[in-house]
Amino acid sequence: MEHIGLTHYLIVAAVLFCCGIFTMATKRNAIGILIGVELVLNSTGINLVAFDRYMGPGRLDGQIVAIFMIVLAAAETALAVGICINVYKNIATVDVDMASQLRG
Amino acid sequence: MFRHRSHIVTLAFLCVVAIGSAAFAGDSAADVVDHSGITHGAASGTWMEVVLFYMVAAVAVISALGVCFSKNIVRMAVWLFGALGSVALLYFMLAANFIAAIQLIVYAGGTLILLVFGVMLTSKSPWAKFEPRKIEIWGAAIVCGVLFICLSLLLTRAQFDTTISSVSGSSIADIGRALLTTYLVPFELAGVLLMIVMVGAAHLARQEK
Repeated sequence: MEHIGLTHYLIVAAVLFCCGIFTMATKRNAIGILIGVELVLNSTGINLVAFDRYMGPGRLDGQIVAIFMIVLAAAETALAVGICINVYKNIATVDVDMASQLRG
Repeated sequence: MFRHRSHIVTLAFLCVVAIGSAAFAGDSAADVVDHSGITHGAASGTWMEVVLFYMVAAVAVISALGVCFSKNIVRMAVWLFGALGSVALLYFMLAANFIAAIQLIVYAGGTLILLVFGVMLTSKSPWAKFEPRKIEIWGAAIVCGVLFICLSLLLTRAQFDTTISSVSGSSIADIGRALLTTYLVPFELAGVLLMIVMVGAAHLARQEK
């Protein structure tokens, strides 16, 4: 039976990345687009930790950058959900095609 | 129908978590015995690891496809939970225990709850139909398919100079030490960023007077 190597993890990350891109492109709901962004960020995390494990012996750079990635993802989600709620208050929907009006 | 299916998904996920934690415990016990430093836990290549990887990877891929193709936003959130949990298991298999715990706490515990709250606060749109046009779906599918084929060709042909680090190198103490020495400035900046985001999100979502 073959070993599980770096390529296996990278392929899984590629699947998650493509699914996230597809979700971002096809969903009209703003929260759905956020979920797609989360998938893409998770694929990034797999890549970071896998490269850290297989290509940086004794170093922790990939894991630390993965921690910062998770922090940034949490911050981004909090702000984006706030913006979605604000958009819903203004135009009563979170359809991203409807939010085409700028008001100062 | 939905309740039924979500029960099945949750059960399968819990089974994978249970098997995974058991196998991981066995794996790390083997690592403690093996002190030579040259042969390593994951590289010793038990069949358990291979089976476990394929199970977790299957859950991740199926969950990601479920996020792609489900129409209901709540179902998307449930599928996303499966994807986040299986990514945490992948982190465990990569011997990144701390990142896996952070993933479960912050993502599955915090971000997902935030998304579900967002869904609840923005649902019941009166006229919205969240259906994309057919041509958009096909365009996105073609682009993503080509992207995935290119990526997988690239990844399978690339030659990586891989050396597996020892499991003991990724202890939480080392991560904390690195965060407070080498990565001190990004660490503090992340703290400032989190505070700004907290204030900003509260400002954005406030009640209009």
